[in-house]
Amino acid sequence: MTITTLAELAADLDQGKRSSVEITQDYLSRIEASDHNAFISVNQDLAISQAEAADKLRASGKAGALSGVPVAQKDIFCIEGTQTTCGSKILENFVAPYTATVVENMQNQGLVSLGKTNMDEFAMGSSNETSYYGSVSNPWGNEQNKLVPGGSSGGSAAAVSALLAPAATGTDTGGSIRQPAAFCNLTGIKPSYGRCSRYGMIAFASSLDQAGPMTHTAEDAALLLNAMAGFDAKDSTSLDVPAEDFSAGLNNSLDGLKIGLPKEFFGDGLDSEMAAIIETAVKEFESMGAIVKEVSLPNSHLALPSYYVIAPAEASSNLSRFDGVRYGYRTEEYNDLVDMYTKTRTEAFGDEVKRRIMIGAYALSSGYYDAYYSQAQKLRRLISNDFTDAFKECDVIMGPTTPSPAFEAGSRSDDPVSMYLNDIYTIPANLAGLPAGSIPAGFTKSGLPTGLHLITPYLQEAKMLNIAHKFQQVTDWHTRTAPNAISGGKA
Amino acid sequence: MALDNETVHNIARLARIEIDPSEVSQTRSALENILELVAQMEAVDTTGVEPMTHPFDATMRLRADTVTETDQRDKFQAIAPSAERGLYLVPKVID
Repeated sequence: MTITTLAELAADLDQGKRSSVEITQDYLSRIEASDHNAFISVNQDLAISQAEAADKLRASGKAGALSGVPVAQKDIFCIEGTQTTCGSKILENFVAPYTATVVENMQNQGLVSLGKTNMDEFAMGSSNETSYYGSVSNPWGNEQNKLVPGGSSGGSAAAVSALLAPAATGTDTGGSIRQPAAFCNLTGIKPSYGRCSRYGMIAFASSLDQAGPMTHTAEDAALLLNAMAGFDAKDSTSLDVPAEDFSAGLNNSLDGLKIGLPKEFFGDGLDSEMAAIIETAVKEFESMGAIVKEVSLPNSHLALPSYYVIAPAEASSNLSRFDGVRYGYRTEEYNDLVDMYTKTRTEAFGDEVKRRIMIGAYALSSGYYDAYYSQAQKLRRLISNDFTDAFKECDVIMGPTTPSPAFEAGSRSDDPVSMYLNDIYTIPANLAGLPAGSIPAGFTKSGLPTGLHLITPYLQEAKMLNIAHKFQQVTDWHTRTAPNAISGGKA
Repeated sequence: MALDNETVHNIARLARIEIDPSEVSQTRSALENILELVAQMEAVDTTGVEPMTHPFDATMRLRADTVTETDQRDKFQAIAPSAERGLYLVPKVID
């Protein structure tokens, strides 16, 4: 089995080797043959009709770079006329009446949506085990050693890693693109806050949420980000910056690139095997002419505590809209309005979502606001300032994406705080709003993938993709396929 | 950070979530663990630090005060648990 990239599919379509309908049908068959539970819903008719439209577009000579290429969509994005659950029981019957801008951008360019991928409920989780629609298996695990795919974009990661889709969309509030990408041997990019519109993307923590691509290669991530990003008047925090071709600089030389290694990312808690793998990866860059220096992010240990106030506080506010009045689940029996709200939410939210809503409600409640929310926002500034200082000395910050590789299913689901520690390296970039990504870095002795974490200054996604692409020109980790991938027609 | 059961019930009430009596202690200890993690914030002196509400201190854009949306009431109410004649139906609020 080999990976199939978006670039390869686009070339096949361009040369008329295969039609979009053929490619789409191939992936739909793989999804049907798989048992990873990577998808919550698949709309075959919609996918095929989009593929037919893309084939016509191509025949008329109007095709864009990715017209006719199928991708999977995280079930956090509203797509008009399709079930959109966000991994929750409360939205089980929700058929979106409109389409998210990110998806609309892709549709306008002729990309085909294969289906909606599984995810942690309301994107709250790091293992995909909080989904109401069941856990997802990591294709790098097996029957004897069931591994989580990471989360919250665990379905997207498993789908691409199992070769059920050539690429997928994800969202990242504290690491939800990068951590599953690391656990499943993928390239996952969280762009600068505001690059991709949040319109139609169900909100978790509005000042942190950002959509991005999950792919096999950096080249594909650039192509998909080109299709997803762009200013949107319907998102009040959308970045109004000139459109950029993220593919343009992929092959730029890395000679003289200054890599900063924050000493705080290589301390206690990091698995020693992981540390060695990251060290080896960094050496690859040195042989390409990069210069490595130690930098410091002295407040990074405050990122987790700060995040676990800010994200729940914003979530408790955002999730107040789920009350059984306008859409979604409503309880069967109730005495009065408050009873209806309470029973609806109690019956249809899972434990982790309830915990975070309660923490948020507490942090925002009268008498506690200054000690929690305001203090967390002050720490957020200190964390952000650390990056400003570090980037005076380097062009990119590197480290491990996660403290350890994919863990066993069920091993951490009873201990929320140990689950939160998964995101210890990824959260700082969300707080600062910076672009960050994870790329395949190599394998542990037991054959599990690991991720190299890249953080670049504001708006420098193209630079990050350039760095990632050059690494993938001299390594082949990203081409390794999972033992439990599904071979399709073109295996 | 120790919470008493009354505080747990009060938080739940604010969040419009009901906690089954058999699960109160479990919920309390989960919340306490999270608050213990969060308590690391207390040690930091942040005097004079401006709170950061948004990345890059982005401010909300204002748009022209013009009508941009079309009336889609029927479409949106088609997915409501209970709606009638353009109104969302809820239990009686005032006797």
